[in-house]
Amino acid sequence: MSPRRAPAAKATPVAAKAPLILVVDDFADNREMYSQFLSFSGYRVAEAQNGHEALEKAFELAPDLIVMDLSLPGLDGWEATRQLKADDRTRVIPVIALTGHALAGHSKGAMDAGCDAFITKPCLPERLLEEIKSMLKG
Amino acid sequence: MSRHAALRTVVRRRAKVDAADRLKLAEALLGTDDLATCAQRALDWLGRAAGATRGLCLVGPPDTPTVLEPIATLGVRGPRVQSFTLDLEAHDDPLVAASIGLGASIFGRNGRPAPRTPLESGRFIATPLHARQTLEEYPVGLLLVAPSDPDVEAEAKWVAGLLGPRLTALRAAQRRQEGERRILRERTLLYNIINAVSDPILLTDTEGRITVANARAEALLSAGDDEGRRRAIALNNMLFSSALTRRAIEGAEPWRHELLLVDPVDGSDLLFELLSTVTVDPREGTGIVSILRNVTDLRRATQEIEENYRKLRLAEADARAERDRLDLIIDSVADPILVTDPNANIVMMNAPAERLFTADPAAGAEARRTVQANDAHFSSFVSNLFFEPGAMRRSGSIGLVDPRTGAPLPVEAISGKIVSEHGEVTAIVTILHDRTEELERARLYEELKRASSELEQKVREATAELTRQNELLRRSHFEIEQASAAKSQFLANMSHEFRTPLNAILGYTSMLLKGVTGELTPHQRRNLERVDSNGHHLLAIINDILDISRIEAGKMPLTLTQFDLKDLVAEVLAEVEPIISRSQLAVTSQLAGDVPLLKTDRQKIKQIVINFLTNAIKFTPQGSVEVRAGYMPDMDHIAVSVADTGIGISPEDRERIFEDFRQADNSPTREYTGAGLGLAICRRLAGMLDGAITLDSEVGRGSTFTLSVPREVKRA
Repeated sequence: MSPRRAPAAKATPVAAKAPLILVVDDFADNREMYSQFLSFSGYRVAEAQNGHEALEKAFELAPDLIVMDLSLPGLDGWEATRQLKADDRTRVIPVIALTGHALAGHSKGAMDAGCDAFITKPCLPERLLEEIKSMLKG
Repeated sequence: MSRHAALRTVVRRRAKVDAADRLKLAEALLGTDDLATCAQRALDWLGRAAGATRGLCLVGPPDTPTVLEPIATLGVRGPRVQSFTLDLEAHDDPLVAASIGLGASIFGRNGRPAPRTPLESGRFIATPLHARQTLEEYPVGLLLVAPSDPDVEAEAKWVAGLLGPRLTALRAAQRRQEGERRILRERTLLYNIINAVSDPILLTDTEGRITVANARAEALLSAGDDEGRRRAIALNNMLFSSALTRRAIEGAEPWRHELLLVDPVDGSDLLFELLSTVTVDPREGTGIVSILRNVTDLRRATQEIEENYRKLRLAEADARAERDRLDLIIDSVADPILVTDPNANIVMMNAPAERLFTADPAAGAEARRTVQANDAHFSSFVSNLFFEPGAMRRSGSIGLVDPRTGAPLPVEAISGKIVSEHGEVTAIVTILHDRTEELERARLYEELKRASSELEQKVREATAELTRQNELLRRSHFEIEQASAAKSQFLANMSHEFRTPLNAILGYTSMLLKGVTGELTPHQRRNLERVDSNGHHLLAIINDILDISRIEAGKMPLTLTQFDLKDLVAEVLAEVEPIISRSQLAVTSQLAGDVPLLKTDRQKIKQIVINFLTNAIKFTPQGSVEVRAGYMPDMDHIAVSVADTGIGISPEDRERIFEDFRQADNSPTREYTGAGLGLAICRRLAGMLDGAITLDSEVGRGSTFTLSVPREVKRA
């Protein structure tokens, strides 16, 4: 768990065929932090700041995976995920829900909305990376 | 002349008076007991021995000592002597003066006139006769001697000295004899009187001996001739003494007692009334006078009268008993019973009826009016029965009033006709039954019904109030729940608000340390590591606070699974391995072989054990830490302990460390970091699993924390 012992990651050049990850988070610092790390880890990354933008980007870019923060202004993460999962174009895209809310109800609500995984913040970039890797592998 | 010659002769003879003559006179005087003889011998001696020619001796009679009379004469006699008396009370008489003087008085000499005396001659000597030569009020007598002659004078004096005492002595003896005769006469009279009394009279001394008894008493109590008489008298004596003894004991006076004696003559019983009185006489001493009155006949008559009276009473009692029995039966009936004649007059009633229909003379006008009213009501009721020729009975209610209390007395009356053989109504018997209780019962029943309905109403009201209160309570409970939910929501939000920036801090730090933005200098790396370390600490605190608020809000769900404790311990050791390897401590585990599978919340057990282990490592500078697990079959509990050889916890701190935000050393400069929420959470988690945490510790030697939980959580 401690990052201290984790070996330093090597920067990987982004391949054209690298999976595209859509990171949705209204808090820019977190969103950019994950984007930066995922890019550093060899993924293509797209960003969205809210639910509507997330839907637009998802339809437009057809990402390989979506990291969805649930607390979003306007259309929130649950609703956005529900709409994505309701649409044939986006139904197959795995969605990893991220939330700062640690209460049990959130996890259940996320799964009901169609999320494929659920991670409670704080979530270190490595942890997210591991989850993404395991998702894309499956 | 011859007289002169005689005088001379006397003188001569006088010279011859010698001691023998005097002795002769003295003997003669002592030799007679009679006063007159004595006086005569003295005069004769004076005539013979002293030559006295005439003489007279005067002595007072025994009963009148103030009048002197002649008792002896010498040479004089006749009526003058017979009629001569000397009254000693006549003080102007010269003879009286001579009588009460001491010495002899000579009259008719030297021109002193002589008083008239039977002696005739002008000269004589008067010598008083005394008992002794002392002055007494009255002399016993007076000695007159003539003619006057010096010798005769002297001899007369000598004779008077001899005669005076002798006469006095004789007079005294005479008087004594007189007294004794009188006493004897009185005594005889007394005896005659006592004997004449038909009742026995006795005088007894204090010893009970009979002193005086009259003839009747003697007949009863003195020894008789034959045997039967003696026995009867002995018995009588015994009975009498016994009665007297009782009287002495009881000591009342006068004392009256019945005494039964035996007639010594015919042996029949004689009943006496014994009346005795104590007499106290200074000379005779104390005695008891007893009078026995024969009351035998009186008693017999009395007894007969009593017996007749008793028979009469018995006959009367028999006659009355029959009636009383009937009365008793009627009176013992608590209900009033009345018998009325055909004119509706009451002829008989029992006691309860009397209370209603007769007025106590002492009662007031009010009570009398009440009785009259009762009577009127009753008569009217009974009369109605007479007007119904065919009816034999009648019953109905009458409103009477109790005369004693004035309280209304509702009664149920039942009247029945009593018909003679000839078919005419002779009387009507009526029984009244008090309906007060019956009515009271009915009233009480009504009251009870009313009270019951009131109670019902009250219960309804109370129930409604309770419902209202329950509603209020429910609402208030709901409000509390809402408040609680709001608090939980607030904490959740706070948690979220903390986590979002912390996510960025930890994320960027992690990226920097991973070299995402290029290699770091050792100094930069050290500083970043501190940021990272503190960020994680902050996160741990936030997680702990969230845990506590979840548990308190009841939002910490239990997830029950079945698992092996051995696996869990291995997992914990693996997870804590990074800390263990940094600590240089020997961390071992010892698990009993018989620990069965558990069914409880695995995550929570794990959290507790991790907490125990990280604490043990943190507070153990050197030595060892051991994780032990065992099963207690008697309680069906499992126990997981973590024992260290660390700094230990003092007894006063052992409880405090389980409180929120506590460490044993709570000072700002404390040596060990940590929020101090770990054990507080562990204790709450153990409680959720129906378990407990115990601590055994010694300062400087180490501590052992033990979690004990049921093998299987019973509730969901």
